[in-house]
Amino acid sequence: MRYLPLTNTDRATMLETVGVRSIKELFAEIPASARLDEPLDGLPTRKSEMEVARVLSRMAASNVTAGDGPFFIGAGAYRHHIPATVDHLIQRSEFLTAYTPYQPELSQGTLQYLFEFQTQIALITGMEVANASMYDGSTGCAEAVLMAGRITKRNKAVLSGGLHAHYRQAVQNVCRFARFDVRALPPSLGAEADITTSIDKETACVLVQTPNVYGAPIDLEPIARAAHDKGALLIAVVTEAVSLGAVRSPGAMGADIVAAEGQSLGVGLNFGGPHLGLFATREAFMRHMPGRLVGETVDRDAKRGYVLTLSTREQHIRRERAKSNICTNSGSCALAFTIHMSLLGEKGFRDLARLNHHNACRLTDRLTAVAGVELMTPVFFNELTIKTPKSGAAVVEALAARGILAGVPVSRLEPQAKAFETLITLATTELNTQDDMEACAQGLDEVLRQ
Amino acid sequence: MSKLGFTKEHEWVRIDDEIATLGITKYAERQLGDVVYIELPEIGSNFAAGDEAAVIESVKAASELYAPVAGEVVEVNHALENDPAEVNRDPQGDGWFIKLKLAGDAALDGLMDAQAYQSFIREED
Amino acid sequence: MNEHAQYVAPNDRPARPAAATFSGNRALDIGEKLIFEVGRASVTGIDIDLPQDMENRLGAFARTDPIGLPGLSEPEAMRHYVRLSRKNYSIDLGLYPLGSCTMKHNPRLNERMARLPGFSDIHPLQPEATVRGALELIETLKHWLKVLTGLPAIAMSPKAGAHGELCGMMAIRAALEARGDNRSAVLVPESAHGTNPSTVSYLGYRVVPVPARDDGTVDPAAIAERLSPHVAAIMLTNPNTCGLFERDALQIADMIHAAGGFFYCDGANFNAIMGHVRPGDLGVDAMHINLHKTFSTPHGGGGPGAGPVALSRALAPFAPVPFVVHDGDGFRLVEHGGDEKSQMPFGRMSAFHGQMGMFVRALAYMMSHGADGLRQAAADAVLNANYIRAGLKNELSLPYADRPCMHEVVFSDAFLKGTGLSTLDFAKAMIDEGFHPMTVYFPLVVHGAMLIEPTESESKAALDQFIATLKHLAQAARKGDKTRFTEAPRHTPVGRLDEAAAARHPVLRWGTNKGRHARRQA
Repeated sequence: MRYLPLTNTDRATMLETVGVRSIKELFAEIPASARLDEPLDGLPTRKSEMEVARVLSRMAASNVTAGDGPFFIGAGAYRHHIPATVDHLIQRSEFLTAYTPYQPELSQGTLQYLFEFQTQIALITGMEVANASMYDGSTGCAEAVLMAGRITKRNKAVLSGGLHAHYRQAVQNVCRFARFDVRALPPSLGAEADITTSIDKETACVLVQTPNVYGAPIDLEPIARAAHDKGALLIAVVTEAVSLGAVRSPGAMGADIVAAEGQSLGVGLNFGGPHLGLFATREAFMRHMPGRLVGETVDRDAKRGYVLTLSTREQHIRRERAKSNICTNSGSCALAFTIHMSLLGEKGFRDLARLNHHNACRLTDRLTAVAGVELMTPVFFNELTIKTPKSGAAVVEALAARGILAGVPVSRLEPQAKAFETLITLATTELNTQDDMEACAQGLDEVLRQ
Repeated sequence: MSKLGFTKEHEWVRIDDEIATLGITKYAERQLGDVVYIELPEIGSNFAAGDEAAVIESVKAASELYAPVAGEVVEVNHALENDPAEVNRDPQGDGWFIKLKLAGDAALDGLMDAQAYQSFIREED
Repeated sequence: MNEHAQYVAPNDRPARPAAATFSGNRALDIGEKLIFEVGRASVTGIDIDLPQDMENRLGAFARTDPIGLPGLSEPEAMRHYVRLSRKNYSIDLGLYPLGSCTMKHNPRLNERMARLPGFSDIHPLQPEATVRGALELIETLKHWLKVLTGLPAIAMSPKAGAHGELCGMMAIRAALEARGDNRSAVLVPESAHGTNPSTVSYLGYRVVPVPARDDGTVDPAAIAERLSPHVAAIMLTNPNTCGLFERDALQIADMIHAAGGFFYCDGANFNAIMGHVRPGDLGVDAMHINLHKTFSTPHGGGGPGAGPVALSRALAPFAPVPFVVHDGDGFRLVEHGGDEKSQMPFGRMSAFHGQMGMFVRALAYMMSHGADGLRQAAADAVLNANYIRAGLKNELSLPYADRPCMHEVVFSDAFLKGTGLSTLDFAKAMIDEGFHPMTVYFPLVVHGAMLIEPTESESKAALDQFIATLKHLAQAARKGDKTRFTEAPRHTPVGRLDEAAAARHPVLRWGTNKGRHARRQA
């Protein structure tokens, strides 16, 4: 077997050194009734690299990929260009095959890029501090709610109606088990009047996604004021990190915690995972933050270096009193993000965001020119929601059959919201061409005429 | 007339009339190593004997300071919040944590005197 | 490498004083500033062509303040990250014996497969008809995991081991709630990973610690004392964190089941027993599998991982959404509770369907090995650990000397008694010898623990060199060559770092350090 260096001669010599006659003796503590003496039935035997590649390539080839035709799906995962440099660098052995940086003297590479990553996240979200990543945006949201509970010593949360359904469900799930009272407002396309009136003296936090899942940026300022008046915190959720290059930052609008998805930069769609959770907050709440933190310090010769810090908040030391049970996070995806962001820089990041928005404007103009199509999100960044006379799911299926992946029918995320059955949410990025948009609009026109 | 006692959790308590001052012992300080963060209770909080009154974090461990006697917090050592290393420098002096006003029925028995505590830590080692 | 060479104390130290260079660099060890110190706001490494007629309809939402991001040109970025990479140790460089972490070889075929556009460039919300191959891959991986665990259902969405623990324990609580059973406590052995008690309290259960007996395993009698109708589950790691097989696992399973509770197995160490025993045959109700440990998906400096959970028949109906169903029509994706009649999902763990990129890598690893190869990999991992145990048992101190270990061996710091040196000093001296240290001070039940896990990826020659080096170090410690340890590591880009200062006044981002560096130099 190509991954196993021991030869049978090695094994025999080593067994002798160990002082046993056969490998079976080393497994003797497994109860005989449960112990297996032969390889398991029902699984194939070893395969060469060529054979494995053949089988898996066949499975991969039976999927329609985002690059196969016009592609406008977003709703929490976005198809952006990934520079060749990013994928090359993250595959370097020293990054890819290192463990969590527990021995700082052997891990300054990982620790420094995470320190740079934390700084970039704080800057783009407009917050003071950020952690070294969470699993993804949705699990980060759930952690943010629990963190708000620890800070305010309250246990009620209000979720905006513009929150991605999967995020809402992930939060509700954790909160149910943590005995946190969640009020999820009904799905809503834009600003919600009842969000501020839902906050009371027992509310720990209000959680608002911007741009929301339908694409509309939300003015967080009045919500932040209303929350702070009642002693509650505002958690801002961002699923499209590129928006932070063009849309006012959650920090500038008064957010106390930002839980975001960072997949857009450097990380592929990957059918939904791995993605990258971004998590930022105010300095005052630093010690309540879940997840790993990298801090700057000095060595014995006063040379600058980096370490994992404040780890007493974490499960491996604090055990049942830990702030969160998170252990592994998204290190390699954080590396991809920070490389991509370093390559972009201020200019590139802003230009990228502007181009995304510009393309969305173009798509909007083209789609609303189709008879029967109505734009439901008058303000948007790179994602928008339209209404057509037909079922959104049927329209999307019909377009897929024509080779156009034209967004997400809202009913897929919100099957209970019957009024939203005819809505489709579409995202554009820098990868969409004029031809893609034209094909999408023409296809939509044909499908609606049928 | 002040009276000094020790607990099995390696805390010391000094009683001056109705005020009890709490901190951790030199032994506990050595076990914890560099203290990096102290979380103190709010003034006015009430504790029963055995309640968790403060949190002590060192580079390698986190532990709690338990109120060995019942009482109300009347003073906390804010200096520790900015300079937790004070606990390492002088755990049984300037590194004190909180002062409690003893509850009327506070029971002081169960505390060890200095000699008993010394033999207790010899057994622990 | 001469294994039998005697330790000779150096006459003079340091043997090679680090001569100062003008640049501050030392040959291949090149310093690298932060991107914030080398980058500039006007520089970019990515050309973006903006059209002439740029639209902006954001109005008052437009971000106008400077963000403060530095930019690097492509060659600068390449240098920056390559220089950083050279400050890292990695499994591709050398033996990485972190106990409980399973640092095994990461085959590059896995990376290539995960990057096939058919897996990496598909969206989780594409119409089902366009992702049949992805659903087939998930189902195939589930099949492997079912056969290997002997359990009938797998929840695929958890993002990592700790997330899998959460998922498994949520399924247990959901099953108990469904029968109206309100239990309050979970038994957790003292040797458990920190994630176990943390998960238990996250779910609102009380942790009831179970001490280990002198042989390092859990005593069924200690379980019996703590069992009651209030106990929801026991979380047992098997093999445990001392590298020992919990030989009373079957009896413990019977006891917890008789008391109406569930048996959660922490599968972090499944790599030791895959193909040799099926957890389902040991009475396990739920077990997470760290694909990044057992099935070689890379650790990536701390993730991403993946933590699918195998569930027994009793827990299977409560598995969270989404899940793939394989029936007459092929593969279907169930995304909403209530869409599948036989199921009562407890909820949703996260957005989308789980760590697809990790699924592809793990499946490539499994298929490469086959049932026979996986069994051999576990056997080699166990043999390698026992070989280290045999090689070092007279030099280091074995707390559990009467029985072989599984995939990892734990030593205590008893052999350092009287030397004035600690486990940490010993670990840091290993760094200078070109080895990543083992896991230190864990498990907590062993004094000054050193937990060594070589994995099946190491050759006999690599193990011999490792053993010989540790013998030399142990002898040096006993002979009083103290500075070799207390000053270690001396050959790394930085020396021992001031962790107390980092935690007392945390500097978590660039631009906020109020002169600590300067103050220390003054």
